Amino acid sequence: MKLRFSASDEAFRVEVANWLRDNLCGEFEAIRFRGGPGDEHSFVDQRKAWERKMGEAGWTCIGWPLAWGGRAATIEQQVVFNEEYARAGGPGRIGHIGETLMGPTLITYGSEAQKAKYLPSIRSGDAIWCQGYSEPSAGSDLANVKTKAVFDEQAQVWHITGQKVWTSLAHESQYCFVVARTDLQAKGHKGLGFFMLDMHQPGVTIRPIEQLTGTSEFNEVFFDSAVCSAEDIVGQPGEGWQVAMALLGFERGVSTLGQQMLFQNEFNDIVKLAKSNGADRDPILRQRIAEAHIGLRIMRYNTLRVLSGSDEGELQAEGMIYKLYWSSWHRNLGKLAMDVMGAESEILEAEPYELNRLQSMFLFTRADTIYGGTNQIQRNLIAERALGMPREPRGNN
Amino acid sequence: MEFKFTDEQIMIRDTAEAFVSEVSTSAAVRSAMLEPAGYDADLWRQISGELFWQALPIPEALGGLGLGYVELAATLEQTGRFLLCSPLVATAAFAVPAIRLAANAAQQELYLGRVLEGQVATLAHAGVQTHGSQVDVQATVSDQGVYLNGVSRRVLNGQTADFFIVAAQETFASGEQGLSLWFVDSGTQGLTVKALPTMDQTRRLAELRFENLVLSPEQRLGGVAASQEPLQEQRQCQAQVLNSILDLAAIAVSAEQVGGAQQSLDISVAYIKERVQFGRTIASYQAIKHKCADMMLKAESARSGLYYAACIADEFLAGSCDAETLAEAASISKAYSSEAFFFNAGCGIQLHGGVGITSEYDIQLYFKRARALESFLGNASEHRERLAKQLLDSEVSL
Repeated sequence: MKLRFSASDEAFRVEVANWLRDNLCGEFEAIRFRGGPGDEHSFVDQRKAWERKMGEAGWTCIGWPLAWGGRAATIEQQVVFNEEYARAGGPGRIGHIGETLMGPTLITYGSEAQKAKYLPSIRSGDAIWCQGYSEPSAGSDLANVKTKAVFDEQAQVWHITGQKVWTSLAHESQYCFVVARTDLQAKGHKGLGFFMLDMHQPGVTIRPIEQLTGTSEFNEVFFDSAVCSAEDIVGQPGEGWQVAMALLGFERGVSTLGQQMLFQNEFNDIVKLAKSNGADRDPILRQRIAEAHIGLRIMRYNTLRVLSGSDEGELQAEGMIYKLYWSSWHRNLGKLAMDVMGAESEILEAEPYELNRLQSMFLFTRADTIYGGTNQIQRNLIAERALGMPREPRGNN
Repeated sequence: MEFKFTDEQIMIRDTAEAFVSEVSTSAAVRSAMLEPAGYDADLWRQISGELFWQALPIPEALGGLGLGYVELAATLEQTGRFLLCSPLVATAAFAVPAIRLAANAAQQELYLGRVLEGQVATLAHAGVQTHGSQVDVQATVSDQGVYLNGVSRRVLNGQTADFFIVAAQETFASGEQGLSLWFVDSGTQGLTVKALPTMDQTRRLAELRFENLVLSPEQRLGGVAASQEPLQEQRQCQAQVLNSILDLAAIAVSAEQVGGAQQSLDISVAYIKERVQFGRTIASYQAIKHKCADMMLKAESARSGLYYAACIADEFLAGSCDAETLAEAASISKAYSSEAFFFNAGCGIQLHGGVGITSEYDIQLYFKRARALESFLGNASEHRERLAKQLLDSEVSL
């Protein structure tokens, strides 16, 4: 059992860090540490330019195969890359949905024509993608999709009609992958299709959702007979659920250490603040700061265990606690930040509703335990899949 | 990334699991609890004579198995999981690190040799880290020699130990004080050992009382002649060494806690899958499932913290990380696993319902073990305060 990365991974780390040091500066200085979760609405144009810059230097899609312009980076190298990216204050990756979700899905399930059509623009940083899964009545119960896809035999196109919700970056995206019902008689995960839809067309309407932070990174997206060509369905009609679930499996935890580096930055800010405003002398806050530190360290080693894999099938069980663990930890960190700020936490930066970084983090962490599978759903999954407890009974609708 | 057991470590873990699950059954634990020693002496002879587990962390050059703290943690995770009653932790995880870190070469050969023969050894130090007096034993240096006086409470397996490593406040002729460690054999004149009744009956603690016990310079760990007054620097160094010994011991306790946290979950899940109310197993209720999910999160996270701390312990013993890094890792592991085990054992009683509070079901034994280990060698809040000092009170941030 070893704690450390290999020497070659560490050499790769230096290469990444050097490139970031030399390039994440000048015109990009302003976007350092920006555009992460809770801040995705900010500096969109600059972040798009940054995405293209990374693309030119071959730092997008490093985990992709060489044939599609990737570096065929190992899991370890991808982890190291993400960690260094976050350490350097790399801005929230506006291209991450294309790179980490859509791209790998196409590489595995797409036709050659689809790959040739879509992969290069993701790789270059030109095309931004968004995700069309959730609907007003398909939240935790994701298979309860009502958006319809009707095939027009004559025009050889699909017409998509319905509503998606919680779509990040919808208004900045060129494409959206959409799960829609191709068999209108079918229910649940049967009879779905997985579509790649051009967002720049008349049948698509985007409405931002104003969040409790006053900002909007999530949107509602309405499809009114939006057109999707017959070539732009991944897999067969009826196989959409399988493709949709496989897509969620591609992320494989490579960005989790990067995420933890962002958490570390936030934690360091809190420590700095506590030292400067005297909160570091409050015995209860000292305990809570230490507890947050313990929690973040253990999060790292939870992750390293999962990334190291296991020969004995324990892997899945360990991986299953990750979302519940980090979301709960981060939500507590948000509250700790406010308690360390003390009474001043009530005062904003400016009118009309400009939050500072910790205030914004505090408010947005309430979303962490909801999106991507609520804590309640996570606990069900852990109990059912890892501990072998009976599944929740389903209703009859 | 190889943050996982090697094939050899898996073999060590599996061997321990197979052996302990067979010899440390519920009936065996309950029978050991009634023994005056607190364990089955024949079983200890088997562990120390055939399995040679106390030799795991002893270097090969000194006759041991030359394995590391990861292997020790893997073994203790299993002993803790099945509540094994034995002086293994006291000997292998308290006394052995003390000897390795503080004793000189001749002492190492002599005392590790005794450990290898199956003698029971332990550390006489309460290990309270942030409040209360750490050491209530005084070693007084005078022209006539060195005398030990005072009381050391809560000494693990003190009642059956063949020899002790005693932490003492040393007062020199000049009136200056410093910490020192001493080898003391059981049966030495001036030493009285009294068994203390304990809430957790699977683990025995004793009180040692020293009354003008005469020490010779050779008994001092490190062998600095007692009449010679160590320099200020050396004294600080000794306090640091003692802290590192306690850190290594705390990591071993964490290993037993992780095993206990896992087993509290496992026996509870087994129970609730059988228990039927309102026509269905209670495992099908979401209120029950969610509690079990939280327990699994705690057990797995405590395990990750333990493996990290065990790796750091090996780095420390190999000289590739400093005492401060070891202290941080030990406090992280001990703080988290203390609360995880107590949480899981407490939830375990609740999940068992009424039978959870009977003596017949084992979950109460885990609950008491969890409580005992939680406050042993520093509880979670003491370790958090130690981390807070590192984070908040120093100019250098972590």
